[in-house]
Amino acid sequence: MTGNFKLVVIGGSAGSLDVILKIIPQLVLGSSLSLIIVMHRRINYDFSLSDLLTTKTLWEVSEAEEKQLILNDHIYLAPADYHLLIENDHTLSLDVSEKINYSRPSIDVTFESAAEVFGPSLACILLSGANDDGVQGLRKVKQAGGTCIVQDPATAIVSYMPQHAIDNAVIDKIIHPDEIGELINLMGR
Amino acid sequence: MEILLSDLLEIYGYDFTEYSRASIKRRINRLFVIDRFPSIAEFRFRLVSDQNYLRRMVEEITVNVTEMFRDPMFYKTIREEVFPVLATHPFIRIWHAGCATGEEVYSMAIMLHEANLLHKSLLYATDINPLVLENLRKGIFPLKHMKQYSENYITSGGKNDFSDYYTAKYEFAKFDDMLNRKMISSTHNLVSDRSFNEFQLIMCRNVMIYFDRDLQDKTLTLFDESLEKLGFLALGSKENLKFSVIAKKYLQLENKEKIWRKVL
Repeated sequence: MTGNFKLVVIGGSAGSLDVILKIIPQLVLGSSLSLIIVMHRRINYDFSLSDLLTTKTLWEVSEAEEKQLILNDHIYLAPADYHLLIENDHTLSLDVSEKINYSRPSIDVTFESAAEVFGPSLACILLSGANDDGVQGLRKVKQAGGTCIVQDPATAIVSYMPQHAIDNAVIDKIIHPDEIGELINLMGR
Repeated sequence: MEILLSDLLEIYGYDFTEYSRASIKRRINRLFVIDRFPSIAEFRFRLVSDQNYLRRMVEEITVNVTEMFRDPMFYKTIREEVFPVLATHPFIRIWHAGCATGEEVYSMAIMLHEANLLHKSLLYATDINPLVLENLRKGIFPLKHMKQYSENYITSGGKNDFSDYYTAKYEFAKFDDMLNRKMISSTHNLVSDRSFNEFQLIMCRNVMIYFDRDLQDKTLTLFDESLEKLGFLALGSKENLKFSVIAKKYLQLENKEKIWRKVL
């Protein structure tokens, strides 16, 4: 599970912010990959998330803009109330269509879209949450030859989402939150 | 998928070829699954042989999700920064381009009414999709959303009781006819149709995010031709004029809401 990855997408819901705050300080520069984070959150708290994450990592953090080209050593956040998709030319697209799994952004939407474009050079990581979102997307990632990683439910504040993924999709690795940052560094070598 | 898009263009004249691929592909896949076609060939056959199915397809692959007073601070800015300028005109023309089921048009009508401007305003509401315009004409929206809309309304600076604007019946809220008396609705395709009037305010929110860069520029040029000098152009919260062909003629409002003024 090292090298040759171009994109990592992290999906999280309730209880995932703590994990993300553990991951991103560990990221080293000079990586071959970009990171997209799709987090369910309340719209009202939205404005501060990219500011918060920026202070915690060496990577560039920004809220995704439409037509933005994804770059290495960059973190892109799915904006609240938009689905985030990826085009063949590696630019980002936004979409305000119906909520999926009661969620917008939906993790499934971004996982599926990333799988179509990046195939085997994609890894998707599903974190803590109380929702079914992400599982369908992980199946598509696997079909396209990508890598599926899930937070160990025993370490999750809300175990439902990662457990549901383990029960319903083929998972390559179940991982402790402390190890995710290092794994991303390895994948980006 | 490219074949389906070229069918839509060649047979029916609907051009989706300049739409962003990822989103439209997802919409078409979704429709394919919902309508349980056994194969792409049967999907295609239905599309080319059944005019009614075309209507369904256009309705389903275009995104019609909208809400009232979406992004309340945006609406507050319209009330506080844009209306005082519009008020100086003897006659106000506003174009809601890509209005979908019309929630934003009703939001605007409510604000104009409260600013005592509705009587001298006309709200042109257009969409590519004829079915959603029927909804706009009726002014009937699901009751379950009213709590959220009412909160949005208050945050946008609304001072009245939001429920005074509609009558609840079963699961629906029917908005006061006083609001839609000044609305003119019509189909209009931003891809292929021309400018049809001059406006002081054009609203086009979360429509162009589905367009590729060239089509965005074409559409913005159309808006530019349809906007009076010193008129306002209002876009969605993640849309921007910054890199567009018309950027240098426009100035964004100081509070950084997605509202631009035509200065040249």
